[in-house]
Amino acid sequence: MAQKKCAVPFAGTAEQEQELMAVIEEHRDDPGALMPVLQKAQDIYGYLPIEVQEMISQKMGIPMEKVYGVSTFYSQFSLNPKGKYKISVCLGTACYVKGSGVVFDKLQSILGIGGGEITSDGKFSLDDCRCIGACGLAPVMTVNDDVYGKLTGNEQELRDILAKYE
Amino acid sequence: MYRSHVLVCGGTGCTSSGSPAIVEKLHEEIKKNGLEEEVNVVRTGCFGLCALGPIMIIYPEGCFYSMVKVDDIPEIVSEHLLKGRIVERLLYTETVTENGVKALNDTNFYKKQHRVALRNCGVINPENIDEYIAVDGYQALGKVLTEMTPEQVIQTILDSGLRGRGGAGFPTGKKWQLARTIVQDGGQKYVCCNADEGDPGAFMDRSVLEGDPHVVIEAMAIAGYAIGATQGYIYVRAEYPIAVKRLQIAIKQAREYGLLGKNIFDSGFDFDLDIRLGAGAFVCGEETALMTSIEGKRGEPRCRPPFPAEKGLFQRPTVLNNVETYANVPQIILKGADWFASMGTEKSKGTKVFALGGKINNTGLVEIPMGTTLREIVFEIGGGIPNGKKFKAAQTGGPSGGCIPTEHLDVQIDYDNLIAIGSMMGSGGLIVMDEDNCMVDIAKFFLQFTVDESCGKCTPCRIGTKRLYELLEKITSGRGTLEDIDKMEKLCYYIKDNSLCGLGQTAPNPVLSTLRYFRDEYIAHVVDKKCPAGVCKDLLQYKIVADKCKGCTACARACPAGAISGTVKEPHSIDPNKCIKCGACMSKCKFGAIIKE
Repeated sequence: MAQKKCAVPFAGTAEQEQELMAVIEEHRDDPGALMPVLQKAQDIYGYLPIEVQEMISQKMGIPMEKVYGVSTFYSQFSLNPKGKYKISVCLGTACYVKGSGVVFDKLQSILGIGGGEITSDGKFSLDDCRCIGACGLAPVMTVNDDVYGKLTGNEQELRDILAKYE
Repeated sequence: MYRSHVLVCGGTGCTSSGSPAIVEKLHEEIKKNGLEEEVNVVRTGCFGLCALGPIMIIYPEGCFYSMVKVDDIPEIVSEHLLKGRIVERLLYTETVTENGVKALNDTNFYKKQHRVALRNCGVINPENIDEYIAVDGYQALGKVLTEMTPEQVIQTILDSGLRGRGGAGFPTGKKWQLARTIVQDGGQKYVCCNADEGDPGAFMDRSVLEGDPHVVIEAMAIAGYAIGATQGYIYVRAEYPIAVKRLQIAIKQAREYGLLGKNIFDSGFDFDLDIRLGAGAFVCGEETALMTSIEGKRGEPRCRPPFPAEKGLFQRPTVLNNVETYANVPQIILKGADWFASMGTEKSKGTKVFALGGKINNTGLVEIPMGTTLREIVFEIGGGIPNGKKFKAAQTGGPSGGCIPTEHLDVQIDYDNLIAIGSMMGSGGLIVMDEDNCMVDIAKFFLQFTVDESCGKCTPCRIGTKRLYELLEKITSGRGTLEDIDKMEKLCYYIKDNSLCGLGQTAPNPVLSTLRYFRDEYIAHVVDKKCPAGVCKDLLQYKIVADKCKGCTACARACPAGAISGTVKEPHSIDPNKCIKCGACMSKCKFGAIIKE
């Protein structure tokens, strides 16, 4: 929780703000609309900087502490920007017993970043995730929407995958 | 009329291994050969045999092609579809016999299965409501609304003996009855569907939603009628994009056909559904946490009573069932309670879907009658353990469950038997482990999970699981004592007895069950300071066997820590104080001279 502060300056546009306001308007009469609004907001901005949460708080009339409480509770909401290519390594049980822990360690050393971090050029971010349900292909990792399965944890194999996103 | 139907699996497993490109290529090749009028390509839900994906079945022959590649498509189209010659090299080897192709249902993987919840998965196109209706879809809803009273519906579900498939096994009919009768003030009631499938390694709910989304919609409408609710919510993980998309399509189609909305089947019954996406919190699989999350708050559980049947979503009476539970309901209504109750064991009726994963040959989804033994699942349906390794344990119930050792392989699987041997049904993940898996490490893995996912509301879970994890870490790093094991056991029972919700109450199970069956491994870690499976790094030592070492220096050059010394053509040695146990030397040695123990 301590790391939820964002180091990157906020750079939202007027169009994005307009889009967000339209989303909030659309959910006006929905009970329990905060979650869907935050999810849409993350789609619009790519992450949920404090500035966006403040806009949501004001427009929806929900205290900031409630908004922040929700946005930091769920692992899918990110208060930091993600890389152009989001790498997730599945550390679910099926993948773990087949060695996804090794894959995760190797990627950290190849990219020089830890889990939850982003490379300095903003290209790759690395996260672990829970089961994506492709257990038949364990161990798996995803890069944005591409799934790579049956990994061996071999360094060259991982480098070859990353090279596709240069 | 088409003369051939090509069914391609569009589930997450096969999509991940490339089935969309295959469908595209199929269309292209079929067009090239002028077969558009004769051959129909359907993207279905999951067939179950995910390990062999991408999977394709061609009817009427029933040919089961596995591990299909895009480059194979021209051959399949020109040989099989055009000339009628089966491409034997791509057939699933289990289906090939001396006398031609064997039906898929006769193979070891499918023979013992009985598909109720999964009956339409891999059979129909989930994005077309007409295909669902063609297999008796929405007939149960019609029957309920036109011929049955809500009380009769509830009685049928009660008589069937259906129990919640989410893990706890509470009788579904009982739940519905309570929600119908406790509060009768004429106000709003809700029907919810728990599709927040969080147990790592379990993906049956996802497969139902992807392969047969309408069955959930139909069952929720039936539940709505039974308890007197007009609004439903499906809470589904955002990590399941294909399932979400197909649900959205299905809800839209059902509305267009008048199967959701006002005055369904002219009965005066109104019912509609909305989807709510989860956002990656495991605790939201707990019923009260899930409802708090739908309300737009932090997904923290709350005290029960009051139970959801009395005060649930938005403080109103609510029924919450799991996806797989709902998938059984329409069949029970159509075929009767007796039909359903004829399957399974005395106290657990019907079938259960398991997701087979880990060290097993046929990873995938299987549905078996309750009462099947673990041995049948692992060694007959699952095809045994790969690479000639030995079975060590099967883990069921995810982070809330336990490990089942070899001596219980012949226990009949049902809710009560699994609890008796220290595990639980859970949502149906079944992860197989072999001799290379360290049971202390597995317990630590699950505790890491619960530490991460504990919502933090109650102290026994928030702090207790953390302390438990630290004790495990102490043991796997070689600093543990026998006293720590006793302390751990005590702490386990304390957490179980005092936590607020199911997450905390079951969090110690992986530790307790491994302590029960694999205590000798714990003792090896604390007394001998050894990890018998060779997993816990801190307890390993890399050594060079002098007889085998040729002194080629490959290991010394590979070692990033400079821990290996020796002269050329003489046996080398490893300095244990410098060694960081990365294993680089072992993978470089061509003579098998480096061992870890």
